[in-house]
Amino acid sequence: MNLILTQNETNKLEDIVKRELISAGANHVIIVDISGNLIFERGSLQVADILSLAVLLAANFAATAEIARQIGETDFSLLFHKGDKTNIHFSKLGANHIIITLFEDSVSLGLIRLRSTSAIQQLAAILDGQEGKQRWPS
Amino acid sequence: MAFIDLGKREIQVKVVYYGPGRGGKTTNLLMVHESMSKQVCGKMVTIDTKGDRTLFFDFLPLSLGKVLGLTVRIQLYTVPGQVMYNTTRKLVLRGVDGVVFVADSLRIQRQKNVESIQNLAENLADEGLDIRKIPLVLQYNKRDLAQSNVPLLTVQEMEEDLNKDLGVPTFEASAVKGPGVYETLREISKRTVKSVVQKVLGDKQ
Repeated sequence: MNLILTQNETNKLEDIVKRELISAGANHVIIVDISGNLIFERGSLQVADILSLAVLLAANFAATAEIARQIGETDFSLLFHKGDKTNIHFSKLGANHIIITLFEDSVSLGLIRLRSTSAIQQLAAILDGQEGKQRWPS
Repeated sequence: MAFIDLGKREIQVKVVYYGPGRGGKTTNLLMVHESMSKQVCGKMVTIDTKGDRTLFFDFLPLSLGKVLGLTVRIQLYTVPGQVMYNTTRKLVLRGVDGVVFVADSLRIQRQKNVESIQNLAENLADEGLDIRKIPLVLQYNKRDLAQSNVPLLTVQEMEEDLNKDLGVPTFEASAVKGPGVYETLREISKRTVKSVVQKVLGDKQ
């Protein structure tokens, strides 16, 4: 299903991401769809090649979900990579999207998980609401 | 699954290069990457094994002009061709908007080509897509070997094996030397963007 977002909807995504995640200490938030399209990104991290990063994040999530399926799990509820300085937290966002939060070690994982849950409900309402809608500008 | 960002005025579509192992899918992307300017072509990402076989996928983003005032961004992917990596191929096919099937012209690969295009049809069907309806282009690769002593399939044989039922555009190519690579890309880009725009406009009516 194709997705069309207007500037107004992108602004709403930005408000939610800033309020729920950036204000909690997240460095950067990226939303991709399961086919690897970069839908949205905000934050202070300087990423040289954001498109490649988005594709690799989507692929990583897809591969992990498939691992879960192969061992009889429906999903892994927590997908988290811990780095020396920067950590990455993945969550599914509705049926077709993934939200990835990058944050430093000084920020608690529990807080990111809590805020992600809250953000996902609000973001999914926007993203799922727009799929397949008649959004082409007249 | 195309994404249209009206704020940024851009449209993103996904094109997957499919085909049997060692057929030249990655070489197609490498040739595009080497021959196009850096303004058009982004950085290429490759996840392969030590033996240069694609393990997961290759990825190359391109920016190809404008359609209806929107910048067209095309994400090119390859799949691993080896039979055993079917799960990975299915993951890469998710949300695909257009497909290039890279067939190997080596006579010894005849059966592999047929098996691979059947596998493509099955995997597309699992995604809810019909191989007869999705934008698709066939590329008959390694035609440069016609000058060597290596036994090659004739173009007529490849048409009979792969394109008899589909009737899609075909291109003879040499991914390693360049001829046919750009023509294939141009045709699949045109067809994919047209298909996405038609779907969106169709949704509107």
